[in-house]
Amino acid sequence: MTRIEEFVKEQAEKHGRERSSLMPILQAVVQSERFLSEEAMVAIATELDLSTADVFGTASFYTFLDTVPRGKNIIRVCKTITCHMKGKDAIIATLEDMLKVKLGETTSDGKFSLLQANCLGWCHKGPVMLVNDEIYPEVTPEKAVEIIREYLKKTK
Amino acid sequence: MSKFKVNLKINNIPVSVDEGTTILEAARKLNFNIPTLCHHDDLCVAGNCRVCVVEQKGARLLTASCATPVSEGMEILTNSMKVRQARKHIVELLLTEHNADCTKCFKNGHCELQEISNEYRIGDHVFIDLLQEKDRVQDISSPAIVKDDSKCIRCQRCVRTCAHLQAVSALAVTHKGNKMRISTFLDKPMNDVICTNCGQCINRCPTAALTERSYIDQVFDVIYDPSKFVVVQTAPATRVAIGEEFGLEPGTRVTGKMVAALRRLGFDKVLDTDFTADLTIIEEGNELLRRLKEALVDGKDVALPMMTSCSPGWIKFQEHLYPEFLDNLSTCKSPQQMFGPLAKTYYAEKVNKNPADMIVVSIMPCTAKKFEAERPEMRGSGYKDVDFVLTTRELGMMIKQAGIDFNKLENEGYDSILGDSTGAGVIFGATGGVMEAALRSAYEIVTGREVPFSNLNIKPVRGMEGVKEAAIKIKDVKPEWKFLEGVELKVAIAHGLANAKALMDRVKEGKADFHFIEVMACPSGCIGGGGQPIPTTMEIRKKRAAGIYDEDEHMALRKSHENPEVIELYEKFLHEPLGHRSHDLLHTHYYPRKRH
Repeated sequence: MTRIEEFVKEQAEKHGRERSSLMPILQAVVQSERFLSEEAMVAIATELDLSTADVFGTASFYTFLDTVPRGKNIIRVCKTITCHMKGKDAIIATLEDMLKVKLGETTSDGKFSLLQANCLGWCHKGPVMLVNDEIYPEVTPEKAVEIIREYLKKTK
Repeated sequence: MSKFKVNLKINNIPVSVDEGTTILEAARKLNFNIPTLCHHDDLCVAGNCRVCVVEQKGARLLTASCATPVSEGMEILTNSMKVRQARKHIVELLLTEHNADCTKCFKNGHCELQEISNEYRIGDHVFIDLLQEKDRVQDISSPAIVKDDSKCIRCQRCVRTCAHLQAVSALAVTHKGNKMRISTFLDKPMNDVICTNCGQCINRCPTAALTERSYIDQVFDVIYDPSKFVVVQTAPATRVAIGEEFGLEPGTRVTGKMVAALRRLGFDKVLDTDFTADLTIIEEGNELLRRLKEALVDGKDVALPMMTSCSPGWIKFQEHLYPEFLDNLSTCKSPQQMFGPLAKTYYAEKVNKNPADMIVVSIMPCTAKKFEAERPEMRGSGYKDVDFVLTTRELGMMIKQAGIDFNKLENEGYDSILGDSTGAGVIFGATGGVMEAALRSAYEIVTGREVPFSNLNIKPVRGMEGVKEAAIKIKDVKPEWKFLEGVELKVAIAHGLANAKALMDRVKEGKADFHFIEVMACPSGCIGGGGQPIPTTMEIRKKRAAGIYDEDEHMALRKSHENPEVIELYEKFLHEPLGHRSHDLLHTHYYPRKRH
């Protein structure tokens, strides 16, 4: 049994093997591994007696359930209309420049992924940026650089 | 349980129907046709395509008639101005994302979206075309099934078929919003996933998003090539279904016309898979008896229950999902794949042809047979045993292309040899048929008497129940079979892979003590195969099954071991069942596959 298979099994023990257990298990794997690998999805399908296509179908519906490898920190800049009008493009451009990646990519050292997100519900304090589970309202390009620098320090 | 009646009016005509009936079903009862796309009689309700919307008096919104049960006092209009306009717009919207290249489409003339567009004469582009050039890619990775997302209207009939009828779920709804599509695990090519190639999705796809991989042109090419000797074999289930392509009732027996049509198409010899179906019974029956002997007399640890191996969709299903039971599968090749190597060895010698110049074409009710023919181990003759596999539908298309007036053809008979068959071979086409054919022969081999059923019709193994079980007591056996004296032979039959899965789970849990299990991947067996004429419904499949059993009753011989050509084959070539030559040509092995 591989490490992932064991992890999935533990999660199945915890959350059950019903179809409704799929979501918490997917979330747990993403929490731990930052994305759902092919191996992880096969393990989940096997454990829950579902088809792999079903598992992938569910995962691909949710933006936060990634099926491609992501960096240790995931930056998501809100792309919806209010944040757009308040200048999210400038933030993205600055971060692209700082991290030397394009939107959707992960830095070569694996420390950051730069993504967009749909409305995060902070329209009154846009533009907003989400790093992992932490929300940063009213960011400016300068503030964004500062925030990411802090994460850079913390990330080995 | 007595059902409450519900009274309603449809287009001002009163009707009383059972509680729980949908508006769609009630309207059909009054002969009002409501168009549908996502709805299918074999599948659960989806209600996503919306073309079946109707107006309910007093309601603000239109209602999907396929998904709404009737209620007391309801007044429904199926063709009001509001309905007409909405329906037209819905179809127009579906077309904005549809690659409507109808003239070159494989489903041209058989497409439900085309049919409804025609009815409403939809041509003008009211809405902006959303289909992009990059979306026009076909997945042709599989030798059996072509998936073309540019034709897909996301009705999810295929998804429901794959999940509920087949318990495979190779296809699922993936992604969301405008990126939502019907796809496989990690969007992998169809040939790299768990798809069994059964083709049931094709039978239910309303457009050409899922079709068989067609080999019509390749077959015409070899027919036109004078250096090739092209023989064709026809599966049992094709003869009661091909007529539907020419407007005949489902189940009409057109064996003679089909043979005549194949000859007119230019095949050099028209032979019959029913012949190798009979041969399968001899090999598989003996295999079963040998396994029983090894288990009961020698005390060996042999794999029981033995399971049939005629259905290549079922084989791939087992390889993916129950690899620990591969030893239970009979090692017999399917009748199609027994035919191939025999044609290129025994038959080639008889007709004095070089097998290198021989082409074997099969007409099959099946798409999985296309995959089976491509399996690398299917080269027992030293050549590719079966060169091309065509579906019943493709044969219909070829006959039309060749300008043959099918319905006016005179009946003709199969060529000899490899053309003779018995009723036992014919019934392979229906669920329970292989079991019945095997029992007719095995019982007689063991006891010297015919099976104790009226007119050889083993009714308990027939019919459309998902899993059938039967037991037959073996008494007064011949001396060499005395270990079977008093044994109650227990058998089970499943059709449709969801039923097969239910049965397999019982076997896996040790809750089933069967000796022999027949499984056909497709609902109702080969007559409901993924290569059969579209549409398919339970009613249609029942008619085809009736045609099969009718054909059986009209055969002079009805037991495989009485097939004179099979007897001759053993005398002159194979020498004995399960012998050396049989092993080389007629038996195979299976490989575990990943579960995704």
